[in-house]
Amino acid sequence: MSLQTPLARARGLGSAKEGLHHWWAQRLTALALVPLSLWFIYSLVVVTGAEYSIIIAWLGQTINVVLMLLFLFALYYHTALGVQVVIEDYIDSEWQKIACLILVKFLVWLAGLSAAVSVLKIYLGL
Amino acid sequence: MAEFTLPKNSKIKPGKTFSAADGATRKKTFRIYRWDPDAGENPRMDTYEVDLDKFGPMVLDAVIYIKNEIDSTLTFRRSCREGICGSCAMNIGGTNTLACTKAIEDFSGDISIYPLPHMPVVKDLVPDLTHFYAQYTSIKPWMQTQSPPPPDAERLQSKEERAKLDGLYECILCACCSTSCPSYWWNSDRYLGPAILLQAYRWIVDSRDEYTGERLDELEDPFRLYRCHTIMNCTNTCPKGLNPAKAIAEIKKLMVSRSF
Repeated sequence: MSLQTPLARARGLGSAKEGLHHWWAQRLTALALVPLSLWFIYSLVVVTGAEYSIIIAWLGQTINVVLMLLFLFALYYHTALGVQVVIEDYIDSEWQKIACLILVKFLVWLAGLSAAVSVLKIYLGL
Repeated sequence: MAEFTLPKNSKIKPGKTFSAADGATRKKTFRIYRWDPDAGENPRMDTYEVDLDKFGPMVLDAVIYIKNEIDSTLTFRRSCREGICGSCAMNIGGTNTLACTKAIEDFSGDISIYPLPHMPVVKDLVPDLTHFYAQYTSIKPWMQTQSPPPPDAERLQSKEERAKLDGLYECILCACCSTSCPSYWWNSDRYLGPAILLQAYRWIVDSRDEYTGERLDELEDPFRLYRCHTIMNCTNTCPKGLNPAKAIAEIKKLMVSRSF
């Protein structure tokens, strides 16, 4: 039971003075993903079926590795932001929400960094 | 998790049928949500068959007729019967709207009436809007200034400045939009919802108000403002033809403007 006033409940813990950055970043990454995804799909179509050495050589070109890294960054950043919104929307329990948010952040960093390092290894010929 | 199904004690059962359409040439069937907190029973849908020649053309006319002539236990809010008080907001034929300005002839088959969605029900068609009104209070819906008013005049506003309030000042706070918003259903404890955000914007764009920055500060929050995902149910359902989604988008744009 609570004898809090309705206004106290509505005000809650106050404004977090945050949220603009998340919203803006989600839109910028979405915008960036339009050309980057088109380039990525086009590249897949072109290199599919090519010999291994040719694909390695393709990713050895600076322009391709830069675009690939940008694509990966925008993709994983956008994914993290989007999944965060879904979790905040639908998970009510405070500790479950925080746990999910941390888990998603860790997983996205793991997947994103693994992908980036793999691309760099090919580029650097390691 | 968010609740996607009704809890056991809220599952709607079939109810009673009342027929008052003997000899009617224009017969219409209304199915109305009924729940009585004192009865300890689940909600039910009662069916009322009525003669359209016995009352006026609006859904509210039918509901008042049913209460006066058929079943006086039916509970609902109404006052002005001309779309300016917002009391008779309910979910009619699957859309939140005002019973007083919704014509019966807009519906071809039976008409189902429920209280505004996802709000605590007080009884039958009466939702508990306490939190909604508290959220309205929380945005300080009055003019805030540091400059004193001119000693011999009102605070002046140019015609262009006044025009910015068009499409905002008409909001009657009926709560149709907020209760149609899925984001408000899941997170109304913290998300302000379209009606309150439109009202907040009404004071943000008022040229006479001097606390625009503080108002934006109060709104900049992942839940209060940014739970809006531009679903647009609010704009679709507004019985006054307003566009809360646009007002919210304008607030988001101002947030961007002041950070660059």
